[in-house]
Amino acid sequence: MQKESLKLVIVGSVDHGKSTLIGRLLYDTNSLPQEKIDEIKKTCQMLGRDLEFAYLIDHLQEEREKEMTIDTSQTFFKSAMREYIIIDAPGHKEFIQNMMTGASQADAAVLIIDGSEGVVEQTKRHAYILNLLAIKNVIVAVNKIDKLNYDEKKFNTIKNQILEFLEKVAIVPLAVVPISAKNGDNVVKKSNQISWYQGASLLEELDKIAVSHEQKTKNLRLPIQDICKINGENIILGRIENGKINCGDQVKILPQNNKIKIEKILNFIGSNIVLSKEVGAGYNIGAVFNSNELSRGQVICTDNQELPNVDDKIKANIFWLDQNRNYKIGDHISLKCTTQEIDGIIEKIEKRINSSNLELLEKDAKELKHTEVGEVAFNLEKPLVFEDSSITPELGRFVLIQNQNVVAGGIIKSKI
Amino acid sequence: MNQITELEQKTIYIIREAYAQYKGKMAMLWSIGKDSTSLLWLCRKAFFGKLPFPVMHIDTSFKFKEIYEFRDKYTKEWGLDLIVAKNEEALKRGVNPKKGKFECCTELKTNALKQAMTKYGFRALLLAIRRDEHGIRAKERVFSPRDEHFTWDYKNQPAELWDQYKSKLAQDQHFRIHPMLHWTEKNIWEYILRENIPITSLYFSKNGKRYRSIGCETCCNPVCSNAKTVKEIVEELKVTKTAERAGRAQDKEQAYMMQKLRTLGYM
Repeated sequence: MQKESLKLVIVGSVDHGKSTLIGRLLYDTNSLPQEKIDEIKKTCQMLGRDLEFAYLIDHLQEEREKEMTIDTSQTFFKSAMREYIIIDAPGHKEFIQNMMTGASQADAAVLIIDGSEGVVEQTKRHAYILNLLAIKNVIVAVNKIDKLNYDEKKFNTIKNQILEFLEKVAIVPLAVVPISAKNGDNVVKKSNQISWYQGASLLEELDKIAVSHEQKTKNLRLPIQDICKINGENIILGRIENGKINCGDQVKILPQNNKIKIEKILNFIGSNIVLSKEVGAGYNIGAVFNSNELSRGQVICTDNQELPNVDDKIKANIFWLDQNRNYKIGDHISLKCTTQEIDGIIEKIEKRINSSNLELLEKDAKELKHTEVGEVAFNLEKPLVFEDSSITPELGRFVLIQNQNVVAGGIIKSKI
Repeated sequence: MNQITELEQKTIYIIREAYAQYKGKMAMLWSIGKDSTSLLWLCRKAFFGKLPFPVMHIDTSFKFKEIYEFRDKYTKEWGLDLIVAKNEEALKRGVNPKKGKFECCTELKTNALKQAMTKYGFRALLLAIRRDEHGIRAKERVFSPRDEHFTWDYKNQPAELWDQYKSKLAQDQHFRIHPMLHWTEKNIWEYILRENIPITSLYFSKNGKRYRSIGCETCCNPVCSNAKTVKEIVEELKVTKTAERAGRAQDKEQAYMMQKLRTLGYM
């Protein structure tokens, strides 16, 4: 099924034109209230500048005065095909956690490159993060093509540069489009300035992206979120991350590996509780089981041969986000995956990698620094229920917490 | 799953996530407008009709009479535990919008909320703000920490990957939790239509005008509209070019006013 709306993140290096592209998309699709255009004209006049599209997104006073995006933001526009939610993400290295916050919500990404500068460090780092976040629908926009005098050869040089790097991070872009966000060339409509370019405009390419809602396998994966009491009964609350739940089924509870039975599935419609027979993936449910030993963090699964893994030793790739503190081998952290939160340590950093060029910095490292990627081995105090992220994404990815803060994001690779 | 159901399910997940961690220390802010009434509807859904936490109305005393009537009617009908928060001291001093909107909003809304938070010891507050309402609100996190002075440290916001939200707080912090951040104005009305959610009559056109965003009677103006039903409002929003908060004074008195208000703890 085609989605009615698509969440799109615009990533790329600082000053390569992300916010300007968003402004252009909004303006050319007629998505801006007149009042907003007037407000921006007024602010630009006040600051003595030409009309600046980036102001549509850069709302913080500091962002406008320093002419840069600090935090991620979201805005909306419509094509003839569907609605878009655009997520802008800051390009500066020091705001990488804001970029990841924005990008982790996206269905698709536009990686923007300033044609006059080419592929730079932060372009590559953002591409790597798209891979880490498992965003498969990526379109490359080579911006400021007007500055290259609409030259095909110069465009091809950059195109080859980026394709070469994307191959290393296992991304096959859906298209590489030459654009000028400032002038509007090839953004919404095809430009006649770029006659050598045979492809579609950026928006036409975006409209082609099909993102499916449909879920994955038939196996139930229901992490318990909470338990509440209604009319004296214990109701298990949770979101079905995969498969479906059927009233009367025998299921398994992990990590304990006990069998339990689903007695009732509750739904609330209008002002009444009604009972359901079957509920599918993506829904938050309430259910009653024949067990008193259930608690937050356990995962309810279909009882068959395809159960998720349960282990206290796991391997993963992590991206270190904390600017203020490096991870040092042996430091205590909490790992949060679905509703499971388990304390532990990283006992080995097998590889320390530079996220901007994928260069191996060190084997068997003792420390991990801001924006570095680590291939690491965890030793957890209790077993974690996990599964390959291609089967159930929610059970294959996690965040790390230290001193109340999210300090890293990661993808589980395997058992040790 | 269609788009509205997807938005609904995400919101229920966030509400339950908040409650799982802040039982007994959480409340929902209810301004009685369309967004927070929809949030209230979703909270009831998340807990099968019985809200396990109080709802709080920040009463500036300058609200419309329709708002007070609606509040009292549904508090009774839905069996809500209602807290009315008022900054009595500032009202006694005669703080009002004519003397300055910035001071008025800060005293009667932000400070009224601060007083209530201290009184009840809440650590988490559910609020129905949305990203599409205002550029500043678009910068928000779902779980947004505030310090003891209510300051929003927008330069140093936590990472929020997928739907893993920051869950732990330092001693003097509290959370603003925003379960509706990903909805648009149009989505809200489509949901009100689908679920048949009761909504105050101020939103519907009378004599060619209706309120699109409701705050205090003194500081918001109706917009031109002939939409008399929820369905007509949904249709109107498909074509309108006017911003939702066009009738709200506090966004416009000076440049960056919303940012300044929010930095100080405004909703």
